[in-house]
Amino acid sequence: MSSQENSESLPEAQATAHGAVETAGDPFADPGLPAHKPRIQDIDERAAKRSERAVAFLFFLSMVATVGFIASYVIFPVDKIVFIFPFGHVSVLNFALGLTLGVALFCIGAGAVHWARTLMSDVEMPAERHEIAAPPEVKAQVLADFKQGAAESGFGRRKLIRNTMFGALALVPLSGVMLLRDLGTLPEDKLRHTMWSKGKALINMNTNEPLRPEDLTVGSLTFAKPEGLEETAEDFQTQIAKAALMLVRIKPEDIKDKRELEWSHQGIVAYSKICTHVGCPISLYEQQTHHVLCPCHQSTFDLSDGARVIFGPAGHALPQLRIGVNDEGYLEALGDFEEPVGPAFWERG
Amino acid sequence: MKKLSARRRHPLAAVVVLLLALAATGGLYAAFAPAGKAQADETAQSLAIDEGKKLYSVGCASCHGTGGQGTSDGPSLVGVGAAAVDFQVGTGRMPAQQPGAQVPKKKAIYSQAQIDQLAAYVASLGAGPSVPTDSQYNPSGADIAKGGELFRTNCAQCHNFTGEGGALTNGKFAPSLEDVDPKHIYEAMQTGPQNMPSFPDTTMPQKQKQDIIAYLHAVNSDKSASPGGLKLGGLGPVSEGLFGWIFGLGALIAVAIWVAAHTAKAKKS
Amino acid sequence: MSTTTDARREAPAGERIADWADGRLGIYSLAKANMRKIFPDHWSFMLGEICMYSFIIIILTGVYLTLFFHPSMNEVVYDGSYVPLQGMHMSEAFNSTMHISFDVRGGLLIRQIHHWAALIFLAGMFVHMMRVFFTGAFRKPREVNWLFGFLLFVLGMFTGFTGYSLPDDLLSGTGVRFMEGAIMSVPIVGTYLSFFLFGGEFPGGDFVARFYSVHILLLPGIMLGLMVAHLILVFYHKHTQFAGPGRTNKNVVGMPLLPVYMAKAGGFFFLVFGVIAVVAAIASINPIWAIGPYRPDQVSTGAQPDWYMGFSEGLIRVMPGWEINLWGHTLVLGVFIPLVIFPLVLATIAVYPFIESWITGDKREHHIADRPRNAPTRTAFGVAWITWYMVLLIGGGNDLWATHFHLSINVITWFVRIAFFVAPVLAFVATKRICLGLQRRDAAKVLHGRESGIIKRLPHGEFVEIHEPLDANARYKLTAHEQYKPAEIGPTVDENGVARKISRTQKLRAKLSKGYFGEGNQIPKPTAEEYEEITSGHGHH
Repeated sequence: MSSQENSESLPEAQATAHGAVETAGDPFADPGLPAHKPRIQDIDERAAKRSERAVAFLFFLSMVATVGFIASYVIFPVDKIVFIFPFGHVSVLNFALGLTLGVALFCIGAGAVHWARTLMSDVEMPAERHEIAAPPEVKAQVLADFKQGAAESGFGRRKLIRNTMFGALALVPLSGVMLLRDLGTLPEDKLRHTMWSKGKALINMNTNEPLRPEDLTVGSLTFAKPEGLEETAEDFQTQIAKAALMLVRIKPEDIKDKRELEWSHQGIVAYSKICTHVGCPISLYEQQTHHVLCPCHQSTFDLSDGARVIFGPAGHALPQLRIGVNDEGYLEALGDFEEPVGPAFWERG
Repeated sequence: MKKLSARRRHPLAAVVVLLLALAATGGLYAAFAPAGKAQADETAQSLAIDEGKKLYSVGCASCHGTGGQGTSDGPSLVGVGAAAVDFQVGTGRMPAQQPGAQVPKKKAIYSQAQIDQLAAYVASLGAGPSVPTDSQYNPSGADIAKGGELFRTNCAQCHNFTGEGGALTNGKFAPSLEDVDPKHIYEAMQTGPQNMPSFPDTTMPQKQKQDIIAYLHAVNSDKSASPGGLKLGGLGPVSEGLFGWIFGLGALIAVAIWVAAHTAKAKKS
Repeated sequence: MSTTTDARREAPAGERIADWADGRLGIYSLAKANMRKIFPDHWSFMLGEICMYSFIIIILTGVYLTLFFHPSMNEVVYDGSYVPLQGMHMSEAFNSTMHISFDVRGGLLIRQIHHWAALIFLAGMFVHMMRVFFTGAFRKPREVNWLFGFLLFVLGMFTGFTGYSLPDDLLSGTGVRFMEGAIMSVPIVGTYLSFFLFGGEFPGGDFVARFYSVHILLLPGIMLGLMVAHLILVFYHKHTQFAGPGRTNKNVVGMPLLPVYMAKAGGFFFLVFGVIAVVAAIASINPIWAIGPYRPDQVSTGAQPDWYMGFSEGLIRVMPGWEINLWGHTLVLGVFIPLVIFPLVLATIAVYPFIESWITGDKREHHIADRPRNAPTRTAFGVAWITWYMVLLIGGGNDLWATHFHLSINVITWFVRIAFFVAPVLAFVATKRICLGLQRRDAAKVLHGRESGIIKRLPHGEFVEIHEPLDANARYKLTAHEQYKPAEIGPTVDENGVARKISRTQKLRAKLSKGYFGEGNQIPKPTAEEYEEITSGHGHH
């Protein structure tokens, strides 16, 4: 059958590199393009008139909507909120402008499409396709031209020119790379240090006052920043991104990790608020399970067990800050974090 | 309910509540204090405790123990205070219907008077936070913007930017705060119900709790404005993405089908 | 251009202007080739137009937004009209976005149109790409255009991400922080890359300005160029069409650009713009006032990226927390592996056309769009890929699935971990079976006709349904698709009896070809003889 025919014509097909595959033939002949059938508008002038009026009406509606847009802009104050069912308490200006603009645009489109669909000719016609690839004689001509050009340039012959040119072209982008150097400072050991240091009081994020141990009850959650870091400071964002602290009080007998207990003060434990996965501020503390969940990627840490990871994509425990109490009875840090806070990185070790 | 909650924000609401409270106290006084004035308070109190104890042994003791000492099914109630009872029973969480990851809120089954009696009894078991008064939780005059900042620092991590709620581990969740009674919000912050940590007055003073309540009322009540239109649940990009796909692209594909469809022919073949 | 005639001159004004332009630009030759260019009618051929038009809308509204937006991270105190933020410290970027939303009349609308159009642009590109995939419209000569389109999708994702980050709000800031963590996980150079991107430590004071120039200039510039190239190639190749009477691989049947498609496509731009404007009027998007300004120590639950980045979010959420510490260095696999899989997921679909053409060995041009059922293995592969993508999208929103369907977040995470490997396989098998079933149905329809719904009782009491034979057009349409025969390795010994060396790739290709076109992997088309026998015999049905 058809496969036989195909295999017979195969050598020729391969020679021209077209159709080097076997396919099953079509069982039925192409009946050809069906004859065009008229629409109502093509035979009934009244129907055509109706379509014409519909198109004109849509364009007219668009004009009305644009006038409505301008009127809305002038009439409605920018801060006016009204209740519009079912959208809620919305800005009436936004609603009116959007709706009128939408209608104005949509009607232009609908008019144009309705015009095309009902009144413009809908006779389907074929257009021939032409093969994309050039005929062999064109290809031969191009190759010959290229060879001639290449020979005239002496590119292949004068190796010294060619090699030095490659060298120059390869080197020149380095200037661009150099220029990128001042995009940022080098990491150095910046990721290893935070603002915390020995003797810095723990300041309550809410009240901006130093915290006393008795302020924190079992089951409570408090956030703290280092003494001396004010919201108005120029580098506040960068500092708080590393120094943010989460304080919870756990009954000392519930703390399973020995070092955690040692670094706590009467069961008050201070952990970095920055997730060790990719740095979200973690703080979804469940006071009965002592689990703390990250809202971004669901890493879960157990605050009663050295904040080790018990679920999710984080790779290591939250860093703990060693705390104690100063002479005046306020909580203070007994040093910086002993390991980098936040996401892990190559040099972290 | 809508009308009620709307009126609750009225400047005079505090006065009305105060008057009502006075009247109620007076009424209770009249009911429970036929005896001499000096003993009246004490008697009313002990009467409430007695009534509360009765309610307790019927509705609560099976899980929390006959003396509130706790069992394997429920924590000890010694020292949780009246505020915790008012929150748990007032929001319908207690008595719990069935064990699960978390006890959800439902319609309260006790009247406020019964809740007060239960609270009095539990408070008598050990000192704890008492039920806040209107002047403690009433948000009128509070700093909404400060409340917003406090909310984002302390609450949004579990309850979402505007208090729509969110997921916790193993099926637990932080509930939506939409139209929660200010008193209950206050009590929750004070007592830390279930897995929610507490935010005691020592770390978050009363004024700041009022700020937070005021912020929540501004952004998440049935009257909060959403200037841009439908809030889409206030959940962020997930609901926006779904809306964009279904109603945005969906509408456009419907339009495309119309544009490309063949116009009706004069005669069907 | 005016077409009114000027009585004093020989040629109308419009013609004279055209003459002027032709002498300099050669517009007549250009118009000759294109003015009556034929486009086929099918709704799915308009998906690309949705993308193009939303891109234009994004550019128009984006230009408007730049008039008011300040790409600066300098700290200011908010004193605008939105009460719940008054007195808050925030960056100028956030402040100016608040200004656009609350104090510029119509600013909120333009912001919302911009953002909604961006979501629809990406969604449109996704659907457009899938249309091209499932109809095999990526085959020769359109492979390059497939890659252009793919690049547009990927660049669109990053343009979207940088734009989403510009307002410096708490949600987008969390996303940027994630990006910083992801970059830091790159072995050896991660910290340097991060410090160069942010101008030092995160968040620093530079990234908004840097993202701004990337968002409004670099990426859209490249995209505009790619889009023009994409369009030129569409014109040059002429559009594909579905098989049908008179529609062959050598022609394209449809209606001319002028006037029908000028009106339809031009009108469609206004339709798209109108729909998006209405969406922006009724639905809020990215309400930064409710989200608040970015602070690295604050966060909200339900922190997600826009939908097109959702699958990468899913990857990162379900990855186990692997971390290797060796010789004083840390390999952060828990973050780095998802970072590597992210482009691989996209590349999987991008390289498919080349794999298929290698398997079929077909070097011919293809202009007839396949019906998905007639290419079962390709269709199954595409559905498997979409399933893979959707599983990751579920992972990216696991917290919202948990709260809205009362499920445990841990269970959903485990489900996604398993489904990542299993679901695409199941989808592949199921889709292929469905395709083959549909092919069988088509074959039966051709041979026996369509079920008329008329039940006839035969004299001996049997009930039969009358089948109406198809007309020639329908019969041709259902059998005009191409069916390959599996590639053979050929004889393993040559004519002299010497063993022929068969490379491993050749064997693999033959195996794959059998999987595509071998027995049981496609249903043979009914033959003319079968049809003759059935229609003439009438003895059986």
